[in-house]
Amino acid sequence: MAKKNDWVRIHRNVLEPEQRTGKLPEDTKQVPLEMWVKGRLQNDTAEIGDEVTIVTSVGRTEHGKLIEVNPCYELNYGAFVPEILEMENRLRSALFGGDQA
Amino acid sequence: MINGMIVDKSYQAVTGRKGEIINKAMGVDYSKYERDGIVFDYEALMNDTGYTLEDHIRIQREHNVGNTPVFELKNLTALARKYAAPGKGARIFVKDEASNPAGSFKERRAAASVYHAKKMGYKGVIAATSGNYGAAVASQAAMQGLKCIIVQECYDSKASGQPEIIEKARKCEALGAEVLQLSVGPELFYEVLMMLEETGYFNASLYSAFGIGGVETLGWELGHQFMDRYGRHPDVVVCANAGGGNLTGTARGLIKAGCPAQVVAASVDLKGLSMASDKQFNRKSFTTAHTGFGVPYATDPDHSDVPRSAARPLRYMDRYVTVKQGEVFYITEALATLEGMEKGPAGNTSLAAAFSLAQEMDQDQIIVAQETEYTGAGKHIQPQLAFARQNGIELLFGNPEDEIPGTNIVFPADPGLLKARDADLDHMRASLIRRQASHAAGPITDADVAYLVEETKSNEAFVRKVLETL
Repeated sequence: MAKKNDWVRIHRNVLEPEQRTGKLPEDTKQVPLEMWVKGRLQNDTAEIGDEVTIVTSVGRTEHGKLIEVNPCYELNYGAFVPEILEMENRLRSALFGGDQA
Repeated sequence: MINGMIVDKSYQAVTGRKGEIINKAMGVDYSKYERDGIVFDYEALMNDTGYTLEDHIRIQREHNVGNTPVFELKNLTALARKYAAPGKGARIFVKDEASNPAGSFKERRAAASVYHAKKMGYKGVIAATSGNYGAAVASQAAMQGLKCIIVQECYDSKASGQPEIIEKARKCEALGAEVLQLSVGPELFYEVLMMLEETGYFNASLYSAFGIGGVETLGWELGHQFMDRYGRHPDVVVCANAGGGNLTGTARGLIKAGCPAQVVAASVDLKGLSMASDKQFNRKSFTTAHTGFGVPYATDPDHSDVPRSAARPLRYMDRYVTVKQGEVFYITEALATLEGMEKGPAGNTSLAAAFSLAQEMDQDQIIVAQETEYTGAGKHIQPQLAFARQNGIELLFGNPEDEIPGTNIVFPADPGLLKARDADLDHMRASLIRRQASHAAGPITDADVAYLVEETKSNEAFVRKVLETL
């Protein structure tokens, strides 16, 4: 459960598929234009999935469905890519010759 | 609510108010640059900002932007010479724009916009960008004490986001900005208009005259750095090209520094991938500096978030080359392993092209890749290639000529296979001429023709020949 002033992330559809512009590829026309933004929860309490109001870091009021409380960054350097080591080996031997790996 | 009236926020209503919203959000009345016929007075727009090159230099110095070092890449030069004809293989240099506070040349574009916004009394700035420009605006806003909203195109309809863009969101938030993330679609500009209307903030457009004027310092520095250190100008300057601002500003700065270098545009070849397609969004491995932006913005500069773009690359481009995704990843790895510089991949688009173009040039000539960008989790060859593989893209060694965007990424099996390929610049020039001529209300005049010559860095015979095909 989230409480008032918790840092949260919300989601909302800005345009439903039928409201989108005409100049889109077919696949994009089938889906809504979605939005995600973070801010401080204004409701006294809320559960994930509830419609809530937030105030963003610049002080703007936004509304949408609560999807995350204390949202964190999960980006990283990804899975190992062996081709990168192979590029390194090839480049070093191309420049310096011999077994530079 | 504005002035007690209910505001219609439908797509049609908001985009219909575009001129009025932009006027209020920038203090620029673009209609005053329109002349008779199809002519638009570009230099008047550029000169009307009130900021000269000297002002941009001062504002940037005051906010820790610019004056970045130039490095000679001796090992990459040596490697290029192994694949060049005898006597060929120009010296390759890079301008380390990653050493700007937010990690890219884009801060040159942001500094004056934020400075001007503050001077004019705006409380905050808004920019529509998924790239380094967001971090640049956020950084300058933090430094100059304004609020900042960055609007990003970030996710597909499965909420899967490009790692590079997610990193940019993190960085913008780290610098105090609100980041509004959207799914795929050109209606991003609609959202920006709504934000501008709601907040009354300044539109720190990538395509404003403040932004492009700011990049002039990059070209100006290049001109002077080479004269000071080597007593001569560079022969070729390669600029990554997407929206066209990097090339436009750099070329204008080179001219102001009296540097006659050839200006070459380089874009990553993403032919066949639709930029507005939900399903193809995550099948590309570059989110900027690619042909999906580079070609449409060159041939039709005026389809951005301002009525008239200050980024008009065809006015300054001597040549346009493309490189493949696999080639840019490869040169990024080469820069790390042979030169000891770990940088972000997109910023190395011009370096990939320079590595190939150097091989056409004499050994005593100089070619410059005019930028690098920062790197980090998400925005690095490792996560970007891991993400590509996760999205079903095949990674292989071979001839990059065989790369199919969205299907595979082909790393050169040996360095000699990395090739900058010429794009058809005359075709792009003709496309711009046809598009602008089609807006003419009456017959095309001599003044229109002269304007089109300037717009395309071509000549009267070329323009008239294209007009005959209409």
